[in-house]
Amino acid sequence: MNLLSIADLTVSFDTEAGTVRAVKGVSLTLAAGEILALCGESGSGKSVTAMSVPRLLPDGATLTGSVTLDGAELLGRPDRELRSLRGKEISVVFQEPMTSLNPSFTVGFQITEVLRRHERMSRRAARTRAVELLDLVGIPDAARRLGEYPHQLSGGLRQRVMIAIAVACDPRVLIADEPTTALDVTIQAGVLDVFRALRDRLGTAIVLITHDLGVVADIADRVAVMYAGRIVEQAGVDELFARPRHPYTRGLLDALPASARGGRLREIPGMVPPPYDDPDACPFAPRCGYADDACTAARPVLEPHGDGHLAACFHPSTVEAVDA
Amino acid sequence: MADVLTPARLAPAATGSGRTRRMWRRFRRRPMAMTGLVLVVLFLLLAVVGPVVFGDPTRIDFGHVLGAPSLSHLLGTDDLGRDQLTRIASGARVSLEAGVLSVALAMVVGVPIGLVAGFYRKHLDSVVMRAVDVVLAFPFLVFAVGLAAILGPSLRNVVLALGISQIPAVVRITRGEVLAVREQDFVAGAIADGATDRTILTRYVLPNATNALIVQATVAIPGAIIGEATLSFLGLGVQPPTPSWGVMLTGAQQFLSQAPWLAVWPGVMIAATTLGFNLLGDGLRDVIDPRSAR
Repeated sequence: MNLLSIADLTVSFDTEAGTVRAVKGVSLTLAAGEILALCGESGSGKSVTAMSVPRLLPDGATLTGSVTLDGAELLGRPDRELRSLRGKEISVVFQEPMTSLNPSFTVGFQITEVLRRHERMSRRAARTRAVELLDLVGIPDAARRLGEYPHQLSGGLRQRVMIAIAVACDPRVLIADEPTTALDVTIQAGVLDVFRALRDRLGTAIVLITHDLGVVADIADRVAVMYAGRIVEQAGVDELFARPRHPYTRGLLDALPASARGGRLREIPGMVPPPYDDPDACPFAPRCGYADDACTAARPVLEPHGDGHLAACFHPSTVEAVDA
Repeated sequence: MADVLTPARLAPAATGSGRTRRMWRRFRRRPMAMTGLVLVVLFLLLAVVGPVVFGDPTRIDFGHVLGAPSLSHLLGTDDLGRDQLTRIASGARVSLEAGVLSVALAMVVGVPIGLVAGFYRKHLDSVVMRAVDVVLAFPFLVFAVGLAAILGPSLRNVVLALGISQIPAVVRITRGEVLAVREQDFVAGAIADGATDRTILTRYVLPNATNALIVQATVAIPGAIIGEATLSFLGLGVQPPTPSWGVMLTGAQQFLSQAPWLAVWPGVMIAATTLGFNLLGDGLRDVIDPRSAR
């Protein structure tokens, strides 16, 4: 049974320049204890897709489709009900550790606030739990840190505090939006260890939004690659890295320093198409070396390619051939 | 700036009070700010202790009418033989009450309005801000004079008139701060943690807007003190025989050639007090709010 299930989700925004469709029919599932990576360039819709779950979207977003948590539909629920889920069932860790804590209150206050809100804990119980949480995310000398203000902590420690707040109420789903991007490489590894520990200990399902394929390879069980508001490829992490079926995924892998093997890094030519036009063609065709008439005549849909591997491409075998 | 990299700035503060101590250290290095602080403290002392020490400011002594400054009357006496120093001290208390209470009134009313308008935006914001624009189109003192004329002359009505006149400015400044704070990542974080609007306003937005509001209050007080003096000078404020600096100036007008000291001292007091609060406010702004540090 899937814990989280997104089906045919579309998200559009009304802007002065017209309606922008940021997500155009995305379907995803997530089991308890699973870590799913959502990859893609800026503007591919990966953040919007993930933030549709706790509905942390800008005003003016219109959602269609279905988002269910444990079989219960979330779309169309009033904000008040979603609020009681946020921070409890569904938590979010943001990208900016330096500015995501309230500078006016101590770390301890901010952790206990969530516990008192969602778990109705007493002040003392919340404090005890806060110390446990800081231990859990690997902050030494936790009891002393509770009395400190965010400006007294380093970026890595702040990120850990944010994770502690996010997991304070044992959420079933944790959405981490580029959680390691702003951190030093050494601290990145520590933060990923914290995520792994959470998954192992609490069975938390994690959606990891990232464009860092190194992080993906390190921690994810499954990967969904997004392009121009759609998922273009989805597979288990080993399968995807070994046999990418979509040329875009292939391009992302080639852009990794490790894959260059002394040669020049290959970038993907061209730009992400603007979100306004959505022609009935493969959105990646203008940037794709394998594109032919078929690619501009119709839009490929996700098709299975063996063991849970999905790709939306008319020439999936061609891509594999290049790899050989 | 030369003081940016001193060890005091680099040393991590051990506690929350360490932050305050650091701010005080920075404040102390600014001569203008310290001058302001000294002037304000002297004014507060005079206003609080003065009336107790010097006694009744309305005691008439026809034996010493329009007396020049002397040992028995350090600042001289007025046309009814009343001791000027005593009246200056009592006037300080009136100024303090008018200044502090009117600003407090404006804050109590204006801050919540600004918070709500800035946080919810949309129609509420437009309506509130247009109303603010209308009031701000009048010069502060003209509006206060109009209000005072309607309310009638008394210290209480001076406080009301000055307080109400200052509400729009407070609303505007609060709203501006809210607009800046609500875009911060920690507010988005609070929403993601399931915080209610009330929690976000009281725990996230307001505390992070207070610095600007404290500075605003410090700068608004001298404006209100001048406002009180002006209203009283025009006969719309505190009424004789209660000594207000503005009332004293009115009385001094007729005797400008015979007893110029009667006009000098209230004027000096108004100027010094206003200057003190303004310097203090500027200093606080520099120390508290790093955005306007230089």
